[in-house]
Amino acid sequence: MAMAYAANEEHSHDDHSHDPTGWRRYVYSTNHKDIGTMYLWFAIFAGCLGGILSVMMRLELAQPGIQYFSGLAQIVYGASADAAVDQGRHMYNVFVTAHGLIMVFFMIMPAMIGGFGNWFVPLMIGAPDMAFPRMNNISFWLLIPAISLLVISMFVGGPAGMHGAGTGWTIYAPLSSFTGHPGPAVDFAILSLHIAGASSILGAINFITTIFNMRAPGMTLHKMPLFVWSVLVTVFLLLLSMPVLAGAITMLLTDRNFGTSFFVAAKGGDPVLFQHLFWFFGHPEVYILILPGFGIVSQIVSTFSKKPVFGYLGMAYAMVAIGVVGFVVWAHHMYTVGLDVDTQAYFVAATMIIAVPTGVKIFSWIATMWGGSIEFRAPMIWAVGFIFLFTVGGVTGVVLSNAGVDRSLQDTYYVVAHFHYTMSLGATFAIFAGWYYWFPKIFGYMYNETIAKLHFWVTFIGVNLVFFPQHFLGLAGMPRRYIDYPAAFAGWNQVSTIGSLISAGGVVIFLIGVVMAFVKKEKAPNNPWGVGATTLEWTLTSPPPFHQFSTLPVIK
Amino acid sequence: MSQLSPTSRKNRRVAFLATGVVIGMIGLSYAAVPFYKAFCKATGFGGTTQRAEKAPDKATDKFISVRFDANTSNDLGWEFHARKTEMQVKIGEQTMAYYDARNTSTRTVTGSAIFNVSPPSAGAYFNKIQCFCFTKHTLQPGQAAEFPVMFFVDPALLDNPDAAGIKEITLSYTFYPAVPDTTAAAQTN
Repeated sequence: MAMAYAANEEHSHDDHSHDPTGWRRYVYSTNHKDIGTMYLWFAIFAGCLGGILSVMMRLELAQPGIQYFSGLAQIVYGASADAAVDQGRHMYNVFVTAHGLIMVFFMIMPAMIGGFGNWFVPLMIGAPDMAFPRMNNISFWLLIPAISLLVISMFVGGPAGMHGAGTGWTIYAPLSSFTGHPGPAVDFAILSLHIAGASSILGAINFITTIFNMRAPGMTLHKMPLFVWSVLVTVFLLLLSMPVLAGAITMLLTDRNFGTSFFVAAKGGDPVLFQHLFWFFGHPEVYILILPGFGIVSQIVSTFSKKPVFGYLGMAYAMVAIGVVGFVVWAHHMYTVGLDVDTQAYFVAATMIIAVPTGVKIFSWIATMWGGSIEFRAPMIWAVGFIFLFTVGGVTGVVLSNAGVDRSLQDTYYVVAHFHYTMSLGATFAIFAGWYYWFPKIFGYMYNETIAKLHFWVTFIGVNLVFFPQHFLGLAGMPRRYIDYPAAFAGWNQVSTIGSLISAGGVVIFLIGVVMAFVKKEKAPNNPWGVGATTLEWTLTSPPPFHQFSTLPVIK
Repeated sequence: MSQLSPTSRKNRRVAFLATGVVIGMIGLSYAAVPFYKAFCKATGFGGTTQRAEKAPDKATDKFISVRFDANTSNDLGWEFHARKTEMQVKIGEQTMAYYDARNTSTRTVTGSAIFNVSPPSAGAYFNKIQCFCFTKHTLQPGQAAEFPVMFFVDPALLDNPDAAGIKEITLSYTFYPAVPDTTAAAQTN
């Protein structure tokens, strides 16, 4: 897109002196950039927490038998030696649950939507701030009680004599009902989800209003950068799916505590209904996690290929199509509940259709690079890494979409490998790509290119070592969500654990890179990426002024 | 409202619409509960059985095996089992089967039974004319009772390619404790 901008404002006028400082700047913040920054730090913190949980699970799975979790249960829960084995087993499931919920609700979503979305949606559409700045503040601060409740849930009573919610992120009834978890752990987890959901819904309303009403003159919907498009589709998915989760977990909460019987078979309820409601939310949710990544990668691939993105409108509407179709495929998560064969055939076909718009995106990224003057800076290699990993996850997704194949693969490590390739590797690589791409703009300092590339290669090797062997384990029939496994699965599990340690090393390198950038304070230019970076944020200083676009830019 | 700028008013309108969508979706998630019940009843999803007034006039000469399964929840304190665990019945023929229950506890217990058939695709064709599971039952300590169920398998089963191959249908009941029904209104299917 060729854009010409009206001269940007300089902040010589006196409203500068009212800018808040100290803790008030953040706690009372109504500034989209400060709130975005807080979201990013929060996501890094939550990512480390969820990452530590996953490394501990992988260490436990390094060899058959129970290595660490019995001891851990004795230390953390004060379990007696007799009870420690069972408590340890349950604790492993609690870790699975907390890892999943933290990564989904407190790492990926805050980083992509709250962090990059808050920072760059207003900048890219030429808006001075979000539409509802104070609502933006509460969206962020709701996350603190939400994650606190989730952490507390790990330490309070779950099943009789145990601690924490070992339900998985899917919290299926009746395991999550009073029958399976009489203790308050599941109630804490539910309330945590309620608050995190409220935060996301408020954020979604804010983004929709901002994108619809606050675009600069000339910034039509069909001129919006693809990152803004991706956030727009994402927040619509949030708006439509998150309330369904809220409804489902509220039913679960009242079943548990107030005698309703939505999912209680004894009183005429049906646990399978919970699965339907959960996945009506859950499937759009996985697109919520990945769509902003699509947007980030589109910006980066275009910038470093020094070409406009190939098939702009196709790219935008592919995301819309993925969002729409994403609402009518939920039962592919529950092929084994007794759907008749025609229903399964429908869900197979609908699921496979999603590969079409996704393919449009993959091929358009490749076409964008084709013939471009490609520069392999750190953001670009992360973006290319994303395309590779996401494609691997997409291909296994098409395999799993077949109801017949899914019969044998459901709840095995094949599924674990599939969704980690798309979500944890795909989404995380997109986040890191965005981090290095926008780090100079957000903080005003350049990151260290060597460390960023080292971070990439260590992480790339690490995560592939973790998850590629899990395809083999799943095909061999290893079920997920168990602390132990037969000795036949030992080899690839060991490889997977080694990969997890290498990935953890990648996180350390990442953190070192962050610290070094802030120590060295190498000043970033307004546009470090050259002619390929055409979006509005690069016309501002690095970091941008506290308030930007007092005079709206005009896009031609 | 008059001091609001046009942009603020526009923003407010979008935010109200979006909030309406959120409330609507929460409402729909609750509306899903009766909708799902109706769906199961209409399609026999999950092995939901049907209710009928009477069996077809003419039975087919094809036989199908019907097995009877009986379960109780732990806190009920009843013995409950099928008198015969398996019967060969003609498809379309009205058949009577019996379950026996006895309250082995020392207190008066009211129970109600939930039920389904397996395989789930047989649900739409398994019709009950009378069933003890339509009502709640109260047994005094030591009291025994005979629970009949009158059913037939709809010959339309043979016309459905997904269900025609079924050789055996298992009818399963689980008795749970229930609150005694003072109005004695029959439970609907």
